[in-house]
This record gives sequence, C-alpha cells and structure tokens, in this order.
Amino acid sequence: MGLGYLTTIGTFVGIYIILTLSLNIISGYAGQVSLGHAAFFGIGAYTSALLTLKVGFSFWLALPAAMIIAGFIGAGVGIISLRIKGDFLAVTTIGINFVIVTVFEYSDFFGGAYGIMGIQYPMLFGLKISKFYYLMLVFFFVVVTAFFCFLISKSWIGLALETIREDEDAAEASGLNCAKFKIIAFAMGCAFAGLAGVLYAHFMRFITPNDFTFPVSITIVAMMVVGGIGTIRGPILGALLMAALPELLRPLANYRLLFYGGLIVFMTRFQPQGLFGENAFIIKKLFGQNLRAAFSKRNRVGGEEI
Amino acid sequence: MLQQVVNGIIIGSLYALIAVGLTMVYGILRILHIAHAAVFVSGAYLGLLVYTYTQSLILALILAAVGCSIFGWLIQRFLYTPLLTEARIVPLIASVGLFILCEDLFRLLGGPYIRAFKVDLWFDKLIFFDTVVTAHQCLIVIGTAACLVSVYFLINRTKLGLAWQATAQDMDTAKAMGVNIKQVINFNFIIASSIAAIAGVLTAINYNSVLPTMGSVPAYKMFAIVVLGGLGSIPGTIAAGLIIGMAETIMSAYFGFIMPRDAIAFSAMILILIFRPQGLFGKGV
Repeated sequence: MGLGYLTTIGTFVGIYIILTLSLNIISGYAGQVSLGHAAFFGIGAYTSALLTLKVGFSFWLALPAAMIIAGFIGAGVGIISLRIKGDFLAVTTIGINFVIVTVFEYSDFFGGAYGIMGIQYPMLFGLKISKFYYLMLVFFFVVVTAFFCFLISKSWIGLALETIREDEDAAEASGLNCAKFKIIAFAMGCAFAGLAGVLYAHFMRFITPNDFTFPVSITIVAMMVVGGIGTIRGPILGALLMAALPELLRPLANYRLLFYGGLIVFMTRFQPQGLFGENAFIIKKLFGQNLRAAFSKRNRVGGEEI
Repeated sequence: MLQQVVNGIIIGSLYALIAVGLTMVYGILRILHIAHAAVFVSGAYLGLLVYTYTQSLILALILAAVGCSIFGWLIQRFLYTPLLTEARIVPLIASVGLFILCEDLFRLLGGPYIRAFKVDLWFDKLIFFDTVVTAHQCLIVIGTAACLVSVYFLINRTKLGLAWQATAQDMDTAKAMGVNIKQVINFNFIIASSIAAIAGVLTAINYNSVLPTMGSVPAYKMFAIVVLGGLGSIPGTIAAGLIIGMAETIMSAYFGFIMPRDAIAFSAMILILIFRPQGLFGKGV
C-alpha cells in the first residue's frame, strides 16, 4: 500500500465522482433514466486523445473541446428523448452505448480494438505534472462539478427539471418548454461525462473501447442509486463507497464479485432511497432527523422562514 | 440462403423464449428484470446436472423448470415486491446486483470453464435439398413451439390467465375488481422463469456448452427484443425475437465484417424506435 497506489485509487474515485454527479443531472434532476452514460465518458476520452495526438492541441485546450463535443452529442440523445420515453428511453440508451463502442472498435480512425496508445500526460509551464498534482487537478474538477450541480439545483433550471421529473404533462401544461430543458439536462450531463473522459484518458495514457462498455454505465448508475439519487452528497459518497469497495474487498480474493453484487442487492433492498439520500438511516442517525427537517428547524430557530 | 434462414429461425426462437419471460415480468411489475438472465443460466446448469445423473432430457427440462420457478419466485417475493413502490431505477439496480452475484456464484460452483452439454438424439440431421437441419435444431423448434403454445393457452384459456391480462392492463383496477394480485404475480414469475429455464437448457444443447457468463449477452440483448416488441406484448416479443434472430444471422453472414452481431440488434432497435417510439407492436401511448 504505497502512496502511489493510493494516489491512483484517489484519481479513479475522483473520475467516478464526476461521472456519477453528471449522470445525476440527467437522471436525478430531470428524471430521465440513461443507461449509456459510459458512451459519453468514452466520447470525451477519445476526442481529447485524438485532438492532442493528431491535431496537436494541448491538454488544456482539448479539455473544453472534448466537453463541448460530448455535450453536443448528448444534446442529440436529448432530442431522441423527446420522442422515446420512459423505459423505452432507458433501453435505447443501452443501444446507444453499444453502437458508440462498436464505432470505436470497428473504425481505424479510433484505433480499432487496440485503442489509442501514447496519450500525453498534461504539461503545466513546460513541465510534466506529477501524479500527485494530477490527483489535485482531478479533485479540483470534482469540486467544480459539485459546485455546478449545486448551482443548478438552486437555480430555476433545477426547478424546471424537477417539475419535468415529477410530472411532465403538468409541466408542459403550465407553459414550461420541456423539450428545451430536457435537451439542456442531457447536454450538461454528457459534457461533464466528457470531462471525466478527458481526465481518464490523460491519466491512463492508453484507452481501448473496452473501457467504455455497458457494464461501466451500469456501475455509474449503481453508484448513483446506492448513494442517493437526486442529491449531491449521495452520488459523491456513493461513488466513493462503490469505487473503494473492490479495493476493500481485495482480501476476499476469489469471492470479490460475489460480495460486490450481494452488497448492491442488500443496499438497494434495505435503503432503496440510497444510503445517503433523503430518508436514509445513516443521515437520520447522524442528525437525529432527516436533513431537510434539521435545516428548516435550524432556520426557524434563527428567526428566518424559508 | 435458405440455410441462413433456418439458422436465423433457430436463434430467433431461442431469443423469443428468453424474452417472453422478460416481457411478462415487465407487463405486470414494470421492472426491467436483468436477473432473468441469471435464471436462464441457472436453468442451463440445473439441466446439465440432472442430465448427467439421469441421462434423461425430459427429466432435465422438467427439473430445471421447477428449480428455476422457485428461484424466480424467490426473487419476486424477497427482492421485487418490497421495492415496488420505489422509483423504477431501484429494482433495476437491485436486479443488476443480483445478476453480478449469480454470475460469480455460477463461476464458483460450476467452475470457470466451459462444460459440454452433449445430447444424442435418435437421429442426426435432416437434409432438404442442400439445407441441413440438425436434430438439435428440430428439438429447439419443437421445444419453443410447445412453450409458446402452452403460454398462449395459459393466458387466453384459463381463469388465472384472464386475471393476468387484467392485471397487465391496469393493476389497481384489477385489484379493485377482486383479482388476486399476489396469485397473478406468483403465476407470472413461475411461468416466466420456467420458460427461461427451458430456454437455458435448449441454448446449452444448441451450442453444446454451459459456462458461467453465458447469460451476459442475453441479459441486455433481450431488452432490445422486448422493447422492439412493444414492452409487455407477448406476440410482439415473439415476432421481434424472430426478426432480430433472422436479421443478425443474415446480416452477419453477408456484412459480418462491418459490425459485430450484438450491435446489429441495437442499431435496428434504435432506428425502428425513432420511427415507432412505442415499439413495432406496442399500442400507442
């Protein structure tokens, strides 16, 4: 258990937190189930890898470019979601994941099944940044993503998305442009997945289509649901827990997946709203009641009504 | 060409058999039941176990169906029913967790290697002109037809089947009209899981192999079929299974170098859904 090992794990956890938070914008806030989020993770990684290797962009220029491209393709899925709804949409996103991975795998432009090798580590002031600073960079983007999610949830966009989640027909009837907000949600969520992809590509420096397949999407969804969908702390803590879990289960060696699956079943069965969600056992134990009640009480004591 | 059509029908009927159970579960509980693939694999293992001890195929099919019915019922009783009131993504994730758990359990119990499932039938193959139909393929067609016909009779000709139809249309109204919902859900899972078990045994015989990960491709490809058939429609699912089976076999025979067969199902699904968002055979929303 060297420091290098911990830094690597930390970087992966950070990337997963960004992914889970970005999916939470689509599924948690807007209520659109997406089971193909890894595709956008992949789009970000491939875009940045190709831009830095073939076009000669620097990491810092490729990062926003990859986010924009992932966001645009995400907006495309948003447009599809206007026509295909509910569980049909969920399965369609599985399909989108498969098709995009196939495109990576079967076209020479994307390096085929062998993927892309030799992606550069980012440079800062002409120096290669060390692994530890890379972790700090990932951590910085985690904070940015979380803050962005916080801003959305407090803004009128968040309110509009919540209305769509609760009742789309009612939202439309009260004059809300559901189409616009759904597309915005998909674009934002997928852009941040693209950000996670960039961070992944330049950390691994070697990507294959296999890194972005359907099981990865499922892992992201599981992190979000286990943590607590629709909140900000939920996806963060869920990703932290589930990404660390395989490492914690390492002593079990041969029985790791058995326990991993078992724990997912156990946690969803007994805390269906998420371990750190609204009515979660852990939150109740920590604060004595659920979090919203705790805050509103505190505010009332301070003499301020919300 | 005719040979490809025959192969397509065989694959398609296996797909239809697995997907029918999935669509039945969705029709009643509105859950995307990924763990159905785990039921399917356990059917194959149970069938192999019984067959190696008794050398009787009929007994293997029956015991696999019975074992899987119990397994399916347990999943329903202890995992899905308590989660019915939650957001629909929650039972989905629980189902995925269960599938991961089961796949690892099969690896630990059955070994990580491929086991052969060799069944000798009383003839080897039939040859019509230059089209070959093996005995195993005949068995699959007969097995599928038997399963689907019995599902048809159970649902259209029995009282419980009528209750099933009512529940699939509107669970709350059916409940208010005095339909025993619990019984319907149990019936639903028993039928769905036993068909999955038979599909598992037939698939294993067809490829002469049983392995722990044999469920991972069906686990998600079935969704393409179920969705194409219109989520919850049994005739639609059967037709979609056959269509996807045919499309895959014929496309990979002629254009196999462009894309793998797993992507064909999903590309077809996305294209069709864009034009018909309720699936090929679904009723309008």
